[in-house]
Amino acid sequence: MHVPDGFLDTTTSLSTAAVAAVGVAAALRGARHELDERTAPLAGLTAAFVFAVQMMNFPVLYGTSGHLIGGALTAVLVGPWTAVLCMTVVLMVQGLLFADGGLTALGTNVTLMGLVAVAVGYGVFRALVAVLPRTRAGLLASAGVGAFLSVPTAAMVFVGLFSLGAVADVPLGTVATYMGGVHLLIGLGEAAITVAVLGAVLAVRPDLVRGARHLQAAVALAPRAHPAPAVPTGSDAR
Amino acid sequence: MSTLTRVRNPSTRGLWVTGIVLALLIAGVGSWYASAHPDGLEWSAEQSGFGDSAQDSVAADSPLADYAVEGVDDGRLSGGLAGVIGVVVTLVLAGGLTLLVRRRPAGSGADTAGTPPATAREHG
Repeated sequence: MHVPDGFLDTTTSLSTAAVAAVGVAAALRGARHELDERTAPLAGLTAAFVFAVQMMNFPVLYGTSGHLIGGALTAVLVGPWTAVLCMTVVLMVQGLLFADGGLTALGTNVTLMGLVAVAVGYGVFRALVAVLPRTRAGLLASAGVGAFLSVPTAAMVFVGLFSLGAVADVPLGTVATYMGGVHLLIGLGEAAITVAVLGAVLAVRPDLVRGARHLQAAVALAPRAHPAPAVPTGSDAR
Repeated sequence: MSTLTRVRNPSTRGLWVTGIVLALLIAGVGSWYASAHPDGLEWSAEQSGFGDSAQDSVAADSPLADYAVEGVDDGRLSGGLAGVIGVVVTLVLAGGLTLLVRRRPAGSGADTAGTPPATAREHG
């Protein structure tokens, strides 16, 4: 969903840059409470991992592709404020070194994939975790739904920005239909990858998953062991 | 940076090393097999008729533009190398940033006297 230069006018790009700057500034303050000696290197790892997985475009219908955004996954793993910082670093590296996403559009991309995807992904995750059973399956389902919804929501926020500051003159309904439709499908991939990665980390080191802290006590008190979810050991498949 | 040396907890190191190896394999090898179709936004832009309004980024002349290393002719090697560089740069920047931002253990404020300007400006 990397927005190139030229799609949005200068006013809109400057506005999203301001929004992104405020968001990142807030994240710099908020992340202080999420990070310590042990978790900071893991946050770096998470960002590097998201960069790598974002290169893996998966095919979607109609000769289209999509890739993980990673906002929900990162937020559940290392916390939402840290996730904003991780996503921002990934987007800056992509824009500056690899020309993936425009530079005047960097604020737009940080807003969409850093702020919106993280906020929706993590917000939905927390809301569902509060009502679903406090099990690993409940946690994975919450993260999966959050990840799924984060993608079409970010796409629709782009459509909103496009309605404010499109350079091209095209019918907004058409843009919304295509963007919404294809990103619902990409969202399914986002959910699948998020659940697979999170499931794998939970299987080996649940203590390192920030969003799973509430499970620690629950698991310790559980009367019987829950069967581990069937996580494909893709890491062994090379 | 000293990111690597910070990982003292051996049990954390296991996950960390596994994650890095996986990321390098995905970016360095797996990315060759990624779908080359336009992504959702590109496709939507083409279908709706505003794909043409995209402009080349100022960074389009970067030696790593479009995930290829300038001067490396073999596509697989070029893309893989670009991916590995991206993973390493992202790791160093994000790891460095989060280490800077992190909460210091209590009492270490006096120990980090070597970097007074950064801490002196903080009011929060």
